[in-house]
Amino acid sequence: MTDANIEFHAVATTAEVTEDEPKAVSIGRMDIGIYKLDGEFYAIDDICTHAYACMTDGYIDDGQIECPLHGACFDIKTGKALTAPATVDLRPYEVKVEGDQIMVGVPKADD
Amino acid sequence: MSDDRTFVIIGASQAGGWVAQTLRNEGFEGNVILLGEEPYLPYERPPLSKAALLGEVTVDSTYFWQADALEEAKIDVCLNTRVTAIDRDAKEVVTENGDRIAYDKLAITTGARVRKLPIDGADLPGVFYLRTMEDTLAIRDAVQEGATAMIVGGGWIGLECAATLTKLGCKSIVVEAADRLCGRAVTPEISDWMLKFHTGNDVDVRLSTGIEKFEGNGKLERAVLPGGDTIDCSIAVVGIGVIPNVELAQEAGLKIDNGIVVDECARTSDPDIVAAGDVTNHPNDLLGRRIRLESYENAQNQGIVAGKAMLDNTEPYSDIPWFWSDQFDANLQMIGLPQDWDETATRGDVESNEFVTFYLKSGVIDSAISVNNPRDLRVGKRLMQGQKQVTAAELEDPETKMQALLKR
Repeated sequence: MTDANIEFHAVATTAEVTEDEPKAVSIGRMDIGIYKLDGEFYAIDDICTHAYACMTDGYIDDGQIECPLHGACFDIKTGKALTAPATVDLRPYEVKVEGDQIMVGVPKADD
Repeated sequence: MSDDRTFVIIGASQAGGWVAQTLRNEGFEGNVILLGEEPYLPYERPPLSKAALLGEVTVDSTYFWQADALEEAKIDVCLNTRVTAIDRDAKEVVTENGDRIAYDKLAITTGARVRKLPIDGADLPGVFYLRTMEDTLAIRDAVQEGATAMIVGGGWIGLECAATLTKLGCKSIVVEAADRLCGRAVTPEISDWMLKFHTGNDVDVRLSTGIEKFEGNGKLERAVLPGGDTIDCSIAVVGIGVIPNVELAQEAGLKIDNGIVVDECARTSDPDIVAAGDVTNHPNDLLGRRIRLESYENAQNQGIVAGKAMLDNTEPYSDIPWFWSDQFDANLQMIGLPQDWDETATRGDVESNEFVTFYLKSGVIDSAISVNNPRDLRVGKRLMQGQKQVTAAELEDPETKMQALLKR
C-alpha cells in the first residue's frame, strides 16, 4: 500500500541492525526504533508510551521489546502494548529495504 | 448485564487501580467500585519526587488512566471517600459519612503512610513529608531558589528529594541516622558509591546523625543538631520510612503481621477479601520467605493477581523484587534483596557511573544493582529467574554478551 502522504527516509544500513541490537534513529523530531526479527526489519516509535524511556535500550525476547525503565513489553512487529504498565501502543512505521539501506516511511513533515 | 455482583476496592492507588482494570480485562461484568480518600485518580508515585516536584509534568499526566478511560471501563471511582470500617458479617464497607456499600468481593489496597518524625518542631510549616500528590504540590509551592533544604533520612525518598531540590536551586543537606546511605536496601559498597555521587553533585551528606529539633517563629527557620549547632533552613523534607495502613483490616479481624497477611494469590484470611500492594505481607517463592514490599512493580503485579483472584482465577505472584530510582543523571535499578552472597562481580565502570554489581550465591545471581545500565540488569533478572549458573569472571568480562549467557 502506498500512501502519497508517506515519505521514506534512509535511516540505517542493514548491517547496523541485528536481532539482538536494535538501532535508535531520528527523523525530524521523531524517535524511531529499528529492529530485526526473523530476518525482517521493523520500525516502531522509540519512546515508551508509559514514561520517557528509549525502547531500543530495552531487552528483546520472543518478538517483544521490554522497556528498560518499567518493564512494559511491546510487540516489535505491530507496536502493540502487551503488558502493564503500558496501555497505549507504540506507533508502527512502514519499512522497505533498498540495497543495503533501511528506509522508514513517515508522514510528510509539512502537512 | 448478567452479573449483578459488586466488587469493591478500598484504595484508589496504583494497586487498587490495577485490581479494577484487571477485573475488566478478565471480563468481569458486575459493578466495580473504587474508593479513594484522595481527590485524585490513581496516579504514579515515582514522579512525585522527580518530574512532578520539578514542575515538569501536570497532575493529570501522572494518572494511570484518564477519567474517560475509567468511565469507559465502567469503573465507578469515588474520590474524597474515606472508609472507616469493614463489616465482614454484613459484607459492607462503611464510609466516613456513614454510607454503607455492600460488596460480594472486596480488595484492600490501602498502602502505607509516612512515619512521622517524633521531634519538637516537626509540625512547623515548612516541614514536609513526601508520599502523596498533595505533599509534592505543597513542597513545590514552598521551594525557593537559594533556600537551604534539610532532608531527614538518606533512603530512596530522601536521596531523590535531595537531587530534585538541588536541581531546583536549593542547598540540600541530608542527615541520616545510620552510618551509610540507603542502608536497609543496598550493600555497603553501593552506599559508598551513593555518598560519593551525591557529594559530587553538591549535596551535603551527614551520616550517623539526626536532627534534635526544628525551630522557628510560626514557620521553620532552623534545625538544631545533636551537639547544639544550628543550621538555618526554610524547608525540610522527612523521608524515614512508611507504616502499612493495616488498621481497617485489623479491626475487621483479618490476620496481620507486618502488613495484611495474604497468600501467593493475594487472598487474605477471609475468602471474600484480597489485598495487594505496600500493605501486604506475602510469600515469595524465589526468596523462600514472606516479605512486605514498597515498590512500583509489587503494587502493579500483585494488584493484577489480586484482581484475578477475586474472579477465582488464581495465579501465584512470585516476582523477583525490583526497584528503581532516579537521582540526578543516574538511573539505579535493583533486583532481589541483597542479604546473603559469597561472590561479587562488577561489570562496567563504577568511576564513570555506569555499572552493574552482581551478588552471587553458589554461582547463581542472588541480587544485583545497576547504575545507568538497565539492560544488563534486565538480563541479570532473567538469569536469576532461571537460576542459571554463571561465574563472576564472565559477568565482569566486558567481552561477554549478557544475552548469550541466557541462551546456553
